[in-house]
Amino acid sequence: MKIAIQHGRVIDPASGLDQPTNVYVADGKIVGVGETAPGGFRAEGVLDASGCIVCPGLIDLSARLREPGFEYRATLESEMAAAAAGGVTRLVCPPDTDPPLDEPGLVEMLKHRARQPGFAHVHPMGALTIGLAGQRLTEMAELAEAGCIAFGQANHSIIDTQVLMRAMQYAATFGFSVWLQPQDAHLAKGGVAHEGAVSARLGLAGIPVIAETVALSTYLQLARETGVRLHIRRLSSAAGLALIRAARADGLAVTCDVTINHIHLCDDHIGFFNPHTRLDPPLRSAMDRDALAAGLADGSIDVLCSDHTPVDDDAKQVPFAEAETGATGLELLLPLTLQWAADHGVPLPRALARITADPARILGLDRGCIKPGVPADLCVFDPQGSHTVSRERLKSQGKNTPFLGRQLAGEVRYTLIDGHMAYSADRLL
Amino acid sequence: MTTSNPQLNSHGELIHLLSIEGLSRDILHNILDRAEPFTAVAEREVKKVPLMRGKSVFNLFFENSTRTRTTFEIAAKRLSADVINLNINTSSAAKGESLLDTVDNLAAMQADMFVVRHASSGAPYLIAQHLAATGRDHIHVVNAGDGRHSHPTQGLLDMYTIRHYKKDFTQLTVAVVGDVLHSRVARSQLHALTTLGVPEIRLVGPRTLLPAAAAQMIPGAPLRVCNDLADGLRGADVVMMLRLQNERMNGALLPSTQEYFKSWGLTPEKLALAKPDAIVMHPGPMNRGVEIDSSVADGRQAVILPQVTFGIAVRMAVMSMLAGGAQ
Repeated sequence: MKIAIQHGRVIDPASGLDQPTNVYVADGKIVGVGETAPGGFRAEGVLDASGCIVCPGLIDLSARLREPGFEYRATLESEMAAAAAGGVTRLVCPPDTDPPLDEPGLVEMLKHRARQPGFAHVHPMGALTIGLAGQRLTEMAELAEAGCIAFGQANHSIIDTQVLMRAMQYAATFGFSVWLQPQDAHLAKGGVAHEGAVSARLGLAGIPVIAETVALSTYLQLARETGVRLHIRRLSSAAGLALIRAARADGLAVTCDVTINHIHLCDDHIGFFNPHTRLDPPLRSAMDRDALAAGLADGSIDVLCSDHTPVDDDAKQVPFAEAETGATGLELLLPLTLQWAADHGVPLPRALARITADPARILGLDRGCIKPGVPADLCVFDPQGSHTVSRERLKSQGKNTPFLGRQLAGEVRYTLIDGHMAYSADRLL
Repeated sequence: MTTSNPQLNSHGELIHLLSIEGLSRDILHNILDRAEPFTAVAEREVKKVPLMRGKSVFNLFFENSTRTRTTFEIAAKRLSADVINLNINTSSAAKGESLLDTVDNLAAMQADMFVVRHASSGAPYLIAQHLAATGRDHIHVVNAGDGRHSHPTQGLLDMYTIRHYKKDFTQLTVAVVGDVLHSRVARSQLHALTTLGVPEIRLVGPRTLLPAAAAQMIPGAPLRVCNDLADGLRGADVVMMLRLQNERMNGALLPSTQEYFKSWGLTPEKLALAKPDAIVMHPGPMNRGVEIDSSVADGRQAVILPQVTFGIAVRMAVMSMLAGGAQ
């Protein structure tokens, strides 16, 4: 189908394009950008993007789909609908499914299930160790062939540093990336909230910042030693960010991301034990949050991700410490990016880069851009349109988010995936 | 996002007692004033008043505590309420029933008040919020201890005791000694002492038993951290000892009870550093020879048994205030 997207403000952070113009789509690909259609192009459908922004489809570096194993929490169908409604066209799913993504058959099955029109492109992350147990390496080469884009441990640590080093060496042998969340398992043991004044007052066991920095220091040194390409997931503290900056200044090519929760919220938002704020890593102090938001603006942090984690109500309607960690996020990634940009005076193209071009760069893909020849993965949104986050509105099966009840600007109008209309706000009318 | 304090109604009146945090000085004094006449009830031949006649109080103990449960039971019975005791960890929870399912079932039995003890900080908040969300906030919740967070009736009875012996809070130096990190009693005391205007509160203990941000843990509180017992006791008017739980005694927090007693145990020599008329308090049960020497526990400055007596009156005051109808 040939589609012309007309009269929108087209922002392509990768090329620096930011102007009112048209985008032309044919056979699932972008075939032209400009005032006039490419020769021979006859639009079969026209999308009016007046007042809207047309940008590359969002790329989310961390979104749990809960398949296989946790279908009572979410299914591929429900979460793909959420992704499309959120303008997300490509995502990486962490390996902590049940069973974990530690063997090629599981990865092939997931890729196969996700290969449907209107579904976002799914990049499984392979488990670095079997069962995420931190003892035996997975068949990384086989897993990569099956479709794994990187290797990691999700929320699980590798406690044995020798195993971690060998896992990095082995991954580096093939040029695979290793993605790790820095948290020392022993220092974080038993903790449920940031160790600080709030956790002390509420009587919640603390996870100190040092749990992040001790692990991060180890990872950075091992990355330097092994030469592996290291991506740090879900940074949570100002001190952690300082370590990343220092390592980069020292020549290490490390990248990192932060979640929408951690640039907007801090431990004060726990309030009266709100289980929606039970997250991993924990929400830290206001000072940490502000440092992360600033680090994302200046590029010290490469990417903003949703860390989408659907949790069922039964697992959240329990006392804070017993609640499962995680929050739904696919449908909040865009509005919370816009909110962050507005709060911190970040120009829109740079803000959108953090959820399009920058994650594409980390994935090593020529995607997340608007130019002839690439698949037509596009998001058209109304930056002024606003809505209140509510359980009813969320398409994800996970209704758990600390942002419930918040008024957020940024309404997705259309999401195109491979030129296919994956979501249209018009259809709701 | 829940931001309103769930223990107060829209008029700022107490509907649940979940924590001392957020309660005004007036409310605290009001509770203590109300407790005063109840101390006399125990002296009567018939130790009962009819303030809660016909009301059902459910003691919901998800964590065992015979002593605290008994004091609530006595308080409720002296108010003429019907008391039902449930030890949940030996019944439904063991069968896999969720906390809120248990609450729903008991609420359906026409409870008027839940007295809740739970091992998780914040559990009584979850119950109160659930009751409000389901239109049953006529059922009152009293926190009888949640995790490390709060034990408000203990904090109140401690304030009653201090007021009884010291009258004025605004001139006092108070030392809180021991395992502050894991203590819900300490947190309740700190909120209460701060609200009542105590100008100096010292947190005394080894660094492994104090929160990392101890001096900042209560906004606006005049907290001072002392890692030396002598420092902490010097010139104090009130010494509040905390219980050291068995499981913390030998391990990565403390090497041994002997060493703890040597550094942090309250002996007559150490107590001599405090003011001569200083009072010594303990929430019980005491570990003699661990946190407190027997000669201090049984000495003239100890007010540990009066604390227990006042505890009944304070719990009567709280329960009758919440569920006793007209105030």
